Amino acid sequence: MEKVKAAIIGPGNIGSDLMYKIMRSRYLEMSCMVGIVESEGIRRAKKLGFETTTEGVEAILEKDEIQIVFDATGAKAHAFHAPLLRKAGKIAIDMTPAAVGPYVVPCVNLERLSDEMNFNMVTCGGQATVPIAYAINQAADSQYTEIISCISSKSAGPGTRANIDEFTETTARALETVGGADKGKAIIILNPAEPPLMMTNTIHSLVKNPDREKITASVSQMVEKVQSYVPGYKLRTPPIIKGSQVTVIVEVEGAGDFLPKYSGNLDIINAAAIEVAEKIARERLLKG
Amino acid sequence: MKDRIRLIDTTLRDGSHAMSHSFTREQVRNIAAGLDEAGVAIIEISHGDGIAGSSINYGFSETPDMELIEEAASVIKRARLGALLIPGIGTIADMKEAYHRGVRAVRIATHVTEADVSLQHIKAAKSMGMFTAGFLMMVHMAKPEQILEQARLFEDAGADYVNLADSAGYLLPDDVRRRVSLLTEKLSIPVGFHAHNNLGMAAANSLAAVEEGASYIDGTCRGLGAGAGNCQIEVFTALLERMECQTGVNLEKLLQTAEEQVEPIMLRPQTIDTDALMLGYAGVYSSFLLHARRAAEQFGLKTGDILKELGRRGMVGGQEDMIVDVAYQLSKS
Repeated sequence: MEKVKAAIIGPGNIGSDLMYKIMRSRYLEMSCMVGIVESEGIRRAKKLGFETTTEGVEAILEKDEIQIVFDATGAKAHAFHAPLLRKAGKIAIDMTPAAVGPYVVPCVNLERLSDEMNFNMVTCGGQATVPIAYAINQAADSQYTEIISCISSKSAGPGTRANIDEFTETTARALETVGGADKGKAIIILNPAEPPLMMTNTIHSLVKNPDREKITASVSQMVEKVQSYVPGYKLRTPPIIKGSQVTVIVEVEGAGDFLPKYSGNLDIINAAAIEVAEKIARERLLKG
Repeated sequence: MKDRIRLIDTTLRDGSHAMSHSFTREQVRNIAAGLDEAGVAIIEISHGDGIAGSSINYGFSETPDMELIEEAASVIKRARLGALLIPGIGTIADMKEAYHRGVRAVRIATHVTEADVSLQHIKAAKSMGMFTAGFLMMVHMAKPEQILEQARLFEDAGADYVNLADSAGYLLPDDVRRRVSLLTEKLSIPVGFHAHNNLGMAAANSLAAVEEGASYIDGTCRGLGAGAGNCQIEVFTALLERMECQTGVNLEKLLQTAEEQVEPIMLRPQTIDTDALMLGYAGVYSSFLLHARRAAEQFGLKTGDILKELGRRGMVGGQEDMIVDVAYQLSKS
């Protein structure tokens, strides 16, 4: 079967895991790994038989066969890459907090964003919690939604650590704009326990209509939707309702493609990005 | 031993846990004015979990923290007004707002092994001209050498001093000595210590820190704070006076503030009850106490059982959400 070619900019942990996910995809074909220096990630891609370059984004702009580009660099680099990719007619899937394009959480708003050229993947915590925030809001009308994401210290890379405010600010905005809460707040905790803990996410919401049955049904439906692209997504604590407060806890176990299973945080944002790319690829393949 | 110890009063910050974040404007003005007159070096104020800690997870502040900061700033003449900021909860933008409301000293707190998440905040605070400390929580969970490594990150980022917090009130005086002495020996910036009294060691541990060269000690009036509370600042001031150690604090004025402004508003006596003892015994973050008590009631469990399970799971500061998780799992088993 024919596939759509994709490139990855940024051969770090996220980029390498994306590469393995693309290798498993029915609709995407790994084309080129793009870096700016020789690195372990570049060597890994080469060893697997893929084209690589250390010339940066410029090296792939002329290659018309590459239709989708995952950008796993940083916010500043993506701000520079985004207009170049757009001009070259390529779909950009932005793994950074640059937010050039709209936030996308596949199970919530991917259908509505079909004409976009640039998709921002929010944050790992956003991919894990916005679906539940949305489900609660649909059933009960959230006035305030607050999430706490706990990730293992080992799975928090230098980028996350140096820019932790970007996590809280971006996730809080996505809880509002995508999750539908009137006001959002996000908290992130790093836990160094050994063996590393799975990523856990708590979603607290203050709602207008605390109807237990409606909320429970809406949340379990949403969990199934997320599971369709993140198999390790689990409902740890089903909705607990106390007055107008709803609390749900979900756990994310990674697929273990390239990163260890405890890195559910990295797995869920990558799985969501692949979901976006596959939808675009499917549509393009159908059109022929 | 240092010839002068700087006392940091955190009644209006750690005490906020014990008050379930219900300090009023008037209480803040009275306490801050009293502490200022008594001569403490820094008066720390903010939600117990730092600036922007007001939340479902940690409890909402009854009065917005920024307004309480303004109230405190309006009565302080000599002391520096301080605040706590925990990256992951509060942001640089929150810190800037606190600065505009009158905060001039900030302590950036992380779990003992995660100092690198705070470096951008430390640099930002320094560039705003604030007195800035790096603050390591739950120091019982790391060895002295690991703590030194983390403290060096603060030092390199430009922090004015490094504060070690025994957030679970777990340490014994010798454990404190090993940690503080290594830091005072190897660092070029001063070291401070923040105690919790869950095993009755708050004053003894603070004294051990002073003897190993710590320059800054945290305390609260009547010990008001999370768990069994903190080092009781008026007791510690008296202790230091007996040891002929300078603090610049007027004991009489401090006692007056503790007795007239703090004691009457306390929601319960600050004792070491069974649950508080369990925090120190199991090495659990002190502010989990009241949340665990509420969860125990909601799910029909014993507070101690919830706390022990949290300790077994290695939960760190800020993971109050896992109290509900533990309570739910225990109620199903």
